[in-house]
Amino acid sequence: MPTVSAKTGILENQNWEGNVNNQCDVKIYSLSTCIHCRDTKEFLRQCGIVYKCVDVDGLDSEERKRVLMELKQLSPECAFPTIVIGNNVIVGLQKKEIKEILGIK
Amino acid sequence: MKVGQLYEVLTKSQKAKGYYFNRDKKRVFDLLEGLLINKERYGYMCCPCRLAAEDRLWDQDIICPCVYREPDVAEYGSCYCNLYVSQEWNEEKMPHAYVPERRPPEKRFRL
Repeated sequence: MPTVSAKTGILENQNWEGNVNNQCDVKIYSLSTCIHCRDTKEFLRQCGIVYKCVDVDGLDSEERKRVLMELKQLSPECAFPTIVIGNNVIVGLQKKEIKEILGIK
Repeated sequence: MKVGQLYEVLTKSQKAKGYYFNRDKKRVFDLLEGLLINKERYGYMCCPCRLAAEDRLWDQDIICPCVYREPDVAEYGSCYCNLYVSQEWNEEKMPHAYVPERRPPEKRFRL
């Protein structure tokens, strides 16, 4: 089962079953209350993809500011979920695009 | 207020305005739960799919039902969260397209 780092709020799920070997880093910027964020996490789980996740609404103000600045640099869209796959940034649950980047059929 | 009560109240009041809940009740209840969490956190029912600035005035446009619901339902048959939809959307008489964020980018994050 995944564990949440108390310091960063980042969900680590490296021990999940069905992980794809040698996959690139996947990170989700999400909100705990957002339905599209939940769908995205569920979709990646079903695909057996290992990911890190930060629920921005759960962060304290300093950490939130830092993460939002990081997110703003990644994408001018500033919306949730933002999914970073290697050097690719996807805003929203774009299943086709995510599958293509991850090489999932 | 409990989720079930909120569901009942909003079903009636919003139906009168021509808006319907997504027929996926589990999804609707998850979203309503998010609204109640935000009410508890911020004092107002901020959209669960957007980041609150914790400032009612700044977030006025995204207090549910948000000001973008009307144009989103008119164009896509659904609001940004898929909470409120049109009858046609529920009856699958139109595609269930991903609804892009209509809130202006400069309003989305307040650093």
